[in-house]
Amino acid sequence: MIRYAWLVPLFPALAFPVIAFITRRLRTLSALVGIGAIAASFVLSLGILWETLTSGVTMEKPVEYALSWLALPGAKDWVLKIEAGVLVDPLSAVMLLVVTLVALLVEIYSVGYMHGDPGFSVFFGYLSLFSASMLGLVLANNFFMMFFFWELVGLCSYLLIGFYFHKPEAARASLKAFVVNRVADFGFMLGFFYLFLMFKTFNFRELAEALPHAPHMGLLAVAATLIFAGPIGKSAQFPLHVWLPDAMEGPTPVSALIHAATMVAAGVYLLARAFVLFASIPEVSLLVAYVGGFTALFAATIALTQRDIKRILAYSTMSQLGYMIMAMGVGSMTAGMFHLTTHAIFKALLFLGAGSVIHALHEQDIFRMGGLAKDMKVTTATFVLGALALAGIPPLAGFWSKDEILLAAYSNGYTGLYILGTVVAFLTSFYMFRLIFVAFFGRRRAGLHGHESPKCMTVPLIILATLTVVAGFIGAPFVPHGFSSWVYFGEPHHLEPNYFVMVTSTLVAILGIYLAWLIYGKEVISAEALAQRWRSIHTVLYNKYYIDEAYLWFFRRVVLGLAEAFHWHDRHVVDGIFDGVGDTVRWSGYRLRYLHSGSLPVYALVFFAAVVVFVLWVATPVIGGIR
Amino acid sequence: MSFPLLTAILLAPVIGIILILFIPEREQLTIKITAAVATFISLVLSIYVYVAYDQAAGGLQFLEDRSWIPALGVNYSVGVDGISLPMVLLTALVIFTGVFASWDMTHRVKEFFLFLLMLVTGVFGVFISRDLFFFYLFFEVAVIPMYLLIGIWGSTRKEYAAMKLTLYLLVGSAFALIGIIALYLYAARQLGYLTFDIQTLATVQYDIAFQKFVFFLFLIGFGVLVPIWPLHLWSPDGHVAAPTAVSMLHAGVLMKLGAYGLIRVGVFFLPEGAKFWAPLIAVLCIVNVVYGAMIAMVQRDLKFVIGYSSVSHMGYVLLGIAALNTLSLSGAVTQMFAHGIMTALFFALVGNIYHKAHTREIARFGGLAHQMPRVAAGFLIGGLASLGLPGLHNFVAEFLIFLGAFTREQGLFGGLLTYRTLAILAILGIVITATYVLRVVQRTFFGPRKEAWDHLEDARGVEMVPIVVLCATLILFGLFPSLMGDLIYSGVAPLVAKIEAAGTVGGIF
Repeated sequence: MIRYAWLVPLFPALAFPVIAFITRRLRTLSALVGIGAIAASFVLSLGILWETLTSGVTMEKPVEYALSWLALPGAKDWVLKIEAGVLVDPLSAVMLLVVTLVALLVEIYSVGYMHGDPGFSVFFGYLSLFSASMLGLVLANNFFMMFFFWELVGLCSYLLIGFYFHKPEAARASLKAFVVNRVADFGFMLGFFYLFLMFKTFNFRELAEALPHAPHMGLLAVAATLIFAGPIGKSAQFPLHVWLPDAMEGPTPVSALIHAATMVAAGVYLLARAFVLFASIPEVSLLVAYVGGFTALFAATIALTQRDIKRILAYSTMSQLGYMIMAMGVGSMTAGMFHLTTHAIFKALLFLGAGSVIHALHEQDIFRMGGLAKDMKVTTATFVLGALALAGIPPLAGFWSKDEILLAAYSNGYTGLYILGTVVAFLTSFYMFRLIFVAFFGRRRAGLHGHESPKCMTVPLIILATLTVVAGFIGAPFVPHGFSSWVYFGEPHHLEPNYFVMVTSTLVAILGIYLAWLIYGKEVISAEALAQRWRSIHTVLYNKYYIDEAYLWFFRRVVLGLAEAFHWHDRHVVDGIFDGVGDTVRWSGYRLRYLHSGSLPVYALVFFAAVVVFVLWVATPVIGGIR
Repeated sequence: MSFPLLTAILLAPVIGIILILFIPEREQLTIKITAAVATFISLVLSIYVYVAYDQAAGGLQFLEDRSWIPALGVNYSVGVDGISLPMVLLTALVIFTGVFASWDMTHRVKEFFLFLLMLVTGVFGVFISRDLFFFYLFFEVAVIPMYLLIGIWGSTRKEYAAMKLTLYLLVGSAFALIGIIALYLYAARQLGYLTFDIQTLATVQYDIAFQKFVFFLFLIGFGVLVPIWPLHLWSPDGHVAAPTAVSMLHAGVLMKLGAYGLIRVGVFFLPEGAKFWAPLIAVLCIVNVVYGAMIAMVQRDLKFVIGYSSVSHMGYVLLGIAALNTLSLSGAVTQMFAHGIMTALFFALVGNIYHKAHTREIARFGGLAHQMPRVAAGFLIGGLASLGLPGLHNFVAEFLIFLGAFTREQGLFGGLLTYRTLAILAILGIVITATYVLRVVQRTFFGPRKEAWDHLEDARGVEMVPIVVLCATLILFGLFPSLMGDLIYSGVAPLVAKIEAAGTVGGIF
């Protein structure tokens, strides 16, 4: 199976042109092509993971094969060798399965959600293109290919955020997402250029082997920091997080697939892929850990005050991605990847559940919902399950993976980050259950009635909910030969279960739920009074710390101002000089033409004067004048 | 002797001109078809030559040689190598699609296509000439019809733009002419006989002072055409004024004549001169890249955006030339091709919109993707190529240029600035490019439907030819870059060998 791993991205890659050029007018067929392709990839991924785990393919002994994509001799002693290659190890095998599974369920769900949309076929085409790019990114065996697909998933994200391009907000959000990611990719590209400069290769394994012989540790640190810019952008970490909440303008299945489960996790995946680089420079690891931890807290605080169901989930995604990045920084790739896997499942579940609500109500403000539990039983049950998992209630998937991260921070000596992580766990369970008590229970605030979504939407919800219950056990600390013996860096280290960490995190999660129930369920504490009491904090949080405004100011005033100044300079200074030369020539011609007055006496006079001057000049030596 | 393929590529438009001369003005469709057939023949032959070229052997191939003015050493001799062949293919693609982009032309059709074909004959001639005399001759043949084409069929301040463009280019070519004559006379003294043959002239050892002087002449002469900052202003004005097909040729091909001249005549003959002036080029090209892109951001006219984007993108070509290594020079040639295709696509699409909407003001548009989905898709592909998205050819080019410049270990201004710093600034250019390109896409094509534009028809029929052909080219070479990369390398390798063999020369800074 592993030999055919290259087919995994190829199926959806072929589905895209087929849908775009052949089946576009046949909506059902387009959906079938898209779903069929990703289903084939899913089956193949299952086989690949099975073979990886059974045939002795490990993190140290991966399977790698490649074709030459472009090869140019750079100088006498090195060749620029760019390969289109495949690297299969447990890390990529797990990720392949996560991506194909979520993509498959999301595409099935989209048949119901996008039903009746004029862009139905195009939507499936874009989803196929996205799946292909994402799978290519996962399989990439070198930085170049990773960057290649990294940009392509960015393109798909752009296209899908702007899917409802007639909405000005959607068009703006897509532009913002692309440009912010471009800023990040600028750093990413420079980072692997520095690596290339030192080691003359892009290949992950060759780099890992050459790394101990790095000529210059400082330069290596620069390279690693710059590469980290990529994940900051793609995984929406502070300060380049601003695009992700706006990306919610895209259709909800897109938010589930791209902006929750897979693409935004690509940054974490990149950190895992290049883990050896970060692990070898403690200072950069520390930066990674603190950026992740800060984002986790920062995003969770914003989520406390938001009203839009998708934006709450978006900030929650940012916060959870922060956890994963923090895990990478504190040195546990296993914990980070484990949380990525479980988070992909329950966050996709939450988004698809939110989509089911939006599909029924055409409303995204949770304070205009309420009492949905009576109308939408399946959606409510699965959504609550997903929220419990996100809050970290045992024995659901999120509990095990979040605990693994907290444990890693705790046992590797990052006590500050451990406390921070626990606080975030509290905030998470609070804002999630604020959402649930407001939207699904209680009174109907705006009199809106929901209805349960069709089967093709609820079945994916049920499948994901089931996985949310069971998926955690692949990595639970008491399970031998589980996740931590597949995906690891260095040596598989099985952390001993720490009951202090487990109990604390469970307690704070329950506390969060209880508090949310007091305020929004039983309403014994007035939310309005709280907001009034801490009005300034509430305003700052509700306005997302005004970071968007600051960036907008920078773009409008500084960037566009500079551009206007350059434009003025070009038109008036540069052009002024060159046109000035032209005008001078024309003006002198205009003036000098008076010499040609046509008057014969004047001509004769000039002629005579010239003859006199000439004769004098020739005769000077003879006469012996000036010497 | 085998069939003279290159001469046939050159003569196909000439035969088209002769045929069109005999077609009455009112037979507009016949004229257009004749032009299309003539350029199609050139295109097919170019593709054939491209495929049949033996990359393993490299060097000049498909040679033809005829004595022309023996007393002065002038020969009609043509041939292509890995640098000129992509340019020939580019020219053939752009003119072929350009004819279809001018299909709606109704004003003085006969003369328009006459001049258009004359222009393209000149361009083909420059790229295939192995003789400096013919090189210069064709160079001038390409410039003159441009004046008439813009002056008669243009829009927005067309007389001013036509005059400006012609004056800039003629002043430039005067510098180049002095340089060529200097080379010719210097070589004649060394060799003992007169020759314009490029290969022979390249074997002559020119002394350093001479190289520095003559390279400067070429830098001005060909640099105007590239266009190098601050000699660039003819180009946005010219682009805006020119009719669609002329803009396509102008930005797509004519600018490449400058870069081609700089590589073929400048760097190849005068490697020490090139090393001396490279730092100046490197600094100016960053101005091109960043300044051009910034200005593009605040333009209100679609064509001005693309005009300034060309200034910015040609800066990458100059950076590739300035860094003087294999990767960067290969990247420069790739960028010449890829940018030519991309910008031709842009102008074809903007021409399409302008022809129907009679305005190019971005602020008046919005939501055009509702009425013109195909044009929007084409424009988006062009935009993505422009911002260097992987999977499209421009990415390969820019990547090679960046990496080439990045790996060059050399300081400027006594180490105050390095090529690496300049490469970083150039990479910053792709962020600015993404911003302005996608802003234009957003403001022109996205947003709510505007009923005022409901009368606009989407591209269809022959209008689709440029969109499909040019997009397909960008994607083909973007996904399989070695189809062109290996060829370009075979052309660049001898050039780099010559640069490396040349002595070390301190740069101007």
